[in-house]
Amino acid sequence: KPIKASFVFGTQFKIFWIKTASRPQFTNCPTMIVMVGLPARGKTYISKKLTRYLNWIGVPTQVFNLGQYRREVLQTYKNYEFFRPDNEEAMKIRRAYASNALKDIASYFTKEQGQVAVLDATNTTRERRGVIINFAKEKGYKVFFIESVCDDPEIIEANTMQVKLSSPDYENYDKEEALVDFLKRIDCYKMSYVPLDEEKDRHLSFIKIFNVGSRYLVNRVQDHIQSRIVYYLMNIHVTPRSIYLSRHGESELNLLGRIGGDTGLSSQGQKYAKALAEFIRGQSIKDLKVWTSHMKRTIQTAEALGVPYEQWKALNEIDAGVCEEMTYEEIQATHPEEFALRDQDKYRYRYPKGESYEDLVHRLEPVIMELERQENVLVICHQAVMRCLLAYFLDKSEDDLPYLKCPLHTVLKLTPLAYGCKVESFYLNIQAVNTHRDRPTNVNVARKPEEALQTVPEHL
Amino acid sequence: MRGADRSKNTQNLDKRVCMTNCPTLIVTVGLPARGKTYISKKLTRYLNWIDVPTKEFNVGQYRRECVKIYKSFEFFRPDNEEGLKIRKQCALAALNDVRQFLMDEGGQVAVFDATNTTRERRETILRFAEQNGFKVFFVESVCEDPDVIAENIVQVKLGSPDYTHCNTEEAVADFMKRIKCYENSYQPLDEELDGDLSFIKIIDVGRRYLVNRVQDHIQSRIVYYLMNIHITPRSIYLCRHGESDLNIKGRIGGDSGLSAKGQEFAKSLGQFIQSQNIHDLKVWTSQMKRTIQTAEAVGVPYEQWKALNEIDAGVCEELMYEEIQQRYPLEFALRDQDKYRYRYPKGESYEDLVQRLEPVIMELERQENVLVICHQAVMRCLLAYFLDKTAEELPYLKCPLHTVLKLTPVAYGCKVESVCLNVDAVNTHRDRPSNVNVHRTAEDALQTVPPHL
Repeated sequence: KPIKASFVFGTQFKIFWIKTASRPQFTNCPTMIVMVGLPARGKTYISKKLTRYLNWIGVPTQVFNLGQYRREVLQTYKNYEFFRPDNEEAMKIRRAYASNALKDIASYFTKEQGQVAVLDATNTTRERRGVIINFAKEKGYKVFFIESVCDDPEIIEANTMQVKLSSPDYENYDKEEALVDFLKRIDCYKMSYVPLDEEKDRHLSFIKIFNVGSRYLVNRVQDHIQSRIVYYLMNIHVTPRSIYLSRHGESELNLLGRIGGDTGLSSQGQKYAKALAEFIRGQSIKDLKVWTSHMKRTIQTAEALGVPYEQWKALNEIDAGVCEEMTYEEIQATHPEEFALRDQDKYRYRYPKGESYEDLVHRLEPVIMELERQENVLVICHQAVMRCLLAYFLDKSEDDLPYLKCPLHTVLKLTPLAYGCKVESFYLNIQAVNTHRDRPTNVNVARKPEEALQTVPEHL
Repeated sequence: MRGADRSKNTQNLDKRVCMTNCPTLIVTVGLPARGKTYISKKLTRYLNWIDVPTKEFNVGQYRRECVKIYKSFEFFRPDNEEGLKIRKQCALAALNDVRQFLMDEGGQVAVFDATNTTRERRETILRFAEQNGFKVFFVESVCEDPDVIAENIVQVKLGSPDYTHCNTEEAVADFMKRIKCYENSYQPLDEELDGDLSFIKIIDVGRRYLVNRVQDHIQSRIVYYLMNIHITPRSIYLCRHGESDLNIKGRIGGDSGLSAKGQEFAKSLGQFIQSQNIHDLKVWTSQMKRTIQTAEAVGVPYEQWKALNEIDAGVCEELMYEEIQQRYPLEFALRDQDKYRYRYPKGESYEDLVQRLEPVIMELERQENVLVICHQAVMRCLLAYFLDKTAEELPYLKCPLHTVLKLTPVAYGCKVESVCLNVDAVNTHRDRPSNVNVHRTAEDALQTVPPHL
């Protein structure tokens, strides 16, 4: 991907301006992240979470899970015997689908513009890792290993209960049988397991995670993306907690159908703030942190909670530049072309002298990192900001993100569960205007005003 | 930033995410010439720049104050009773000052820079920290590469006050014997025996790291920073865009293109860069026309960073200082009172700028040779980071147009070479006027405005 800016002057070339590379490149050649570890050590959890994070910050990433390849080839899982190291027939099959996975990775990089591929498998022998390293060397890919080492039987059991027993492999087993079989499966790998070694593998790039993050060994970080990955992995944790997302209470400008600005709460908005305080008290949350933006409406909402809160400038609403404080009708009247361009590509479109959703994601990254470090947090923010945060937690694409529904006076409670996030939505029964504008059918710059304003929600 | 007190007229109830709710004591560990002081000073500079009040306490300095003249390595012999007594006293004196800094002077992080090579010494420090409610984070540097150690010695030890009266060979010989004094009793941090401590072990100048029990946000940031710095020789070139059309008119901000002189500068910059024969140069610009146009003339691929955009002057965008004085005389005066923290209405402050530039600094640390083409306020912030300037000094650093600053890390700091490319340009530097009172006259306010069309 060329980085050189193709800058041209004049508004007639605006459309091309949007496509210019706006971020520094994270990596100049494809990277394979290779997981290493016995079963039930969190490899798939890490793979999925890391992939979600990388995609959110704009690095096209995909997981290649060998368990899935196996299920496609075998259709049914009988028992642990398939994994016995002396099962020649099974070994052949396993080598075959592992090789297919590598082929698919190559295809992902060359045909689908992928930048990072996560190979989620045990990769517990030096021999297997050697095969992968040679493959990568041949193709010119960088390799970064992530090994998860854990001896705590409680953690392993918790893992097994949370994700293994509900796996398609054990559909027809009852719980005790499944557990017994799975432990025998782990044993099959233990004999031949050769962990990454700081001496013997000192030429490789890797991070070894011990006991879910109490210790890390990091070797030969090669570039920016690996450095970011290491930083991310060192900040995530598995302690149970919930993240509460809410917008500020209804504001004066909301009532008038105007976007942006920095007004205070309307009377309904103030009612919401009180209702929010009651709701939070009712949830009995341990050690809750409360975050707001620097704008009046979120601060006033937090004030009603009566607990300390921290203000983040990074949580401020998207800057609408020249369109700040306008109604959609006024935007259509004064900037009809901009309005259409925004509908064509709402994620990348940048308001003149303002920001795009893409910019917003970039500025929210430190917030996400800190949310990962924290435990129970309530974030009181704004519509576009909440959409970006939600997209991160629920793995929404760039196309979906700018249209996620984040209505006023509704709290979303996100609780990490298994490989994803449970979402509970609480509407606190305080009336508010609707501020959600769907993508209209006609996004052509030559469209009529009625077509442009087709989806504008009602306002005073 | 160090020295930045809250202005009396803070117009925002600005509260940052609490980096840490109790003071942190960073303790270096390692044999002599392993880069402990280099790391201490660099880390201190970074933390102060991101607004975490930090100070380093170098025990070697305390020793020099106590034992006025350094005679030889014999002082460090493990059987030198007198030496041991003095060294322990110095360590305790330093810890005392640490306590004062963290409890009474508003410090948040103290870096205790000494060898701390025995478990016994580290126990003393841990007890001290526990008594005072400080968190402890160890930073150990382990290195056996003789080339790296030799280079360290040449760069920083030979110029130490300890060796002013020795020639090079004598100094090196003595220093090697000094290292030997520590080697026998050195107990490196161990993942088993010290499994309950929070630490990072840096092995072979960053080839490998062992990180144990990171407790909180500030420790996580410190680990991230330490894992991104390197000592490969390189230079960072900082310059502003060429003179712009708005520069000529004396207007601030905006997004105009280069003037004729600005375009001339861009060409000269291209020639200058060529002549420097820089290995693998990366070029970065902001997303504003004037830096991009400047980079275009250099003729190499460049990357655009939104974070490098000029400070947003909000309602004052594209105004002349005379107009700002006319329309917003109160704001104008408040800005002169506290230029670092003052935020333009609907705009940004220098403080905001530092926060948004942090990822740029982090990436600059990772990179090698880089040319950053940016803007006046942005360049001041970057320069303040490299040259360890305070919040008071930062907004008044001189960054004239058409001048390239070449920064080369050397020893514990940064060598600066200023290259003026001999293309005329307007002056855009406005000094702090003598009268910053809100009731001052217009003439007083505009006293230091540079001339323009």
